[in-house]
Amino acid sequence: MSMDVDVIRKDFPIFETPANGKPLTYLDSASSSQKPRQVIDRIVRFYETENANVHRGAYQLSEMATAAYEGAREACGRWIGSPSRNIIFTRGTTESINAVRFTWANQNVGAGDEVLVTEMEHHSNLIPWQLLTQEKGATLRHLPIDDEGLLRMDLLGEYITERTKLVALPLMSNVLGTINPVAEVAAAAHAAGAKVVVDAAQAAPHIKVDVAELDCDFLAYSSHKMCGPTGAGVLYGRIELLEEMPPFMGGGEMIREVWADRATWNEVPFKFEAGTMNIAQAVGMGAAVEYLEALGEDAIRDHEVRLTKYAMGRLEETGAIIYGPKDVSKRGGVVSFNLDDVHPHDLSTIVDQHGVCIRAGHHCAQPLMRRLGVPATARASFYVYNDERDVDVLIDAMAEAKGWFA
Amino acid sequence: MVRLSLEELYKEVILDHYRAPRNKGRLDPHDVALERNNPLCGDEIELFVKFAGDDVEGIAFEGKGCSISQASASMMTEKVQGLPAKDAQLVAESIKRMMAGEEEGDVETLGDLISLKGVVKYPVRIKCALLGWNTLLEALEEGGKTSS
Repeated sequence: MSMDVDVIRKDFPIFETPANGKPLTYLDSASSSQKPRQVIDRIVRFYETENANVHRGAYQLSEMATAAYEGAREACGRWIGSPSRNIIFTRGTTESINAVRFTWANQNVGAGDEVLVTEMEHHSNLIPWQLLTQEKGATLRHLPIDDEGLLRMDLLGEYITERTKLVALPLMSNVLGTINPVAEVAAAAHAAGAKVVVDAAQAAPHIKVDVAELDCDFLAYSSHKMCGPTGAGVLYGRIELLEEMPPFMGGGEMIREVWADRATWNEVPFKFEAGTMNIAQAVGMGAAVEYLEALGEDAIRDHEVRLTKYAMGRLEETGAIIYGPKDVSKRGGVVSFNLDDVHPHDLSTIVDQHGVCIRAGHHCAQPLMRRLGVPATARASFYVYNDERDVDVLIDAMAEAKGWFA
Repeated sequence: MVRLSLEELYKEVILDHYRAPRNKGRLDPHDVALERNNPLCGDEIELFVKFAGDDVEGIAFEGKGCSISQASASMMTEKVQGLPAKDAQLVAESIKRMMAGEEEGDVETLGDLISLKGVVKYPVRIKCALLGWNTLLEALEEGGKTSS
């Protein structure tokens, strides 16, 4: 089944509003996606007809809110091949990764231990591990990438040692687009007795993610990059780990019984959901999953592979330097590039005059920028509402920018 | 003042200084050297200042980044070279107020620099335009030349 972008675009009200007086060409979905009416309407309907706190009220309205919230948990689990019990709602990927830092990792990483990340981390999967290893007197190591932006799997044996307690890596790079062989890394990590945290923020909206296939211990992803609202995300955890782990934050709802000086914890996953959660946002995230399921994971991937191939070809014609794997089967629809003489910020401002939104900067990956030897890149990223016409608008706008600087 | 289109801003103001930056390079000897960047976008400036009494006798910069950050730094060095430090400070503060939208910009104080006002329309680029100027204010302070 192929995708009809004209039909899909009609689902997204944002395209009805011009950008700088031009039709919106939105090429920054890797940063945050646009939202379809189905998701927006679902959130409105929740507030208008089902709104109450969840898991608390002994009245029908609260039961309806709870059913909506738990239904969303089921959908978010289904999206990554997990039962809903393993799904903890968070504010987003960053909070999910930090939750692992303050629970499992806090208990299990000590002085002299090692945490392994990669050279392509988003800051959200780097800073928590810097803070943890600094606090614990542990060592943070970085698995190198090659010049094409692929992980140096040949070095994995050197970087995973008996001291490695945790391996944290992205399933898809937000700069290079690289799709990493996570299952292979997980096998090596597990053989050494280490646990694996997967940052799936960039992958979950675009490619099939299955926690059983990846064989990871934790996995984090966000709502707002996959057609859902901001303020919602998921932490998946292996059930035996979640059972053993201490709570993340303390407060209401995460408890079973409380005395003046101590408490016992609610069952998983509620043990990790302190206070009133972002209920409507979680419901919206569930609706986003349903929207994407209706389009079909395989159709989304096929569409993006085709579009990425087209974009890389057209960008190459402009003389731009493209970062990341050349082979589109090894990458997602995130294309970082530089056009000589035109700094990414200048490019971004100039193409914006044509209604084109691209990202310019370090993409929350400063160590990776240093590895690439550039202060910044421009980045175009694609989603279900983009097609070749968007790429053409970008290319034409880039030609103008090039002309100014020539 | 007629507002410049982006194309006019680039072609008539920015690109001249970007392509042929004035006072680009190290300045040795110097009294103050300061390296500053915009962490969000990676623009970098290293500013060198040499004082003669209370005057900015020499000023130069190294840097890389977007055209607005580098052109603005070039324009800055051209403007404040040879000025009494307190006048350099006045110009820098005036530019900052203009960029913050707090004042229209005084042609007498700013001269050609008034054209930088075109950047105000592009809020995310304002910090690019101010990188050199903020670094100058810090350099004047480090040199003990600022007055409040």
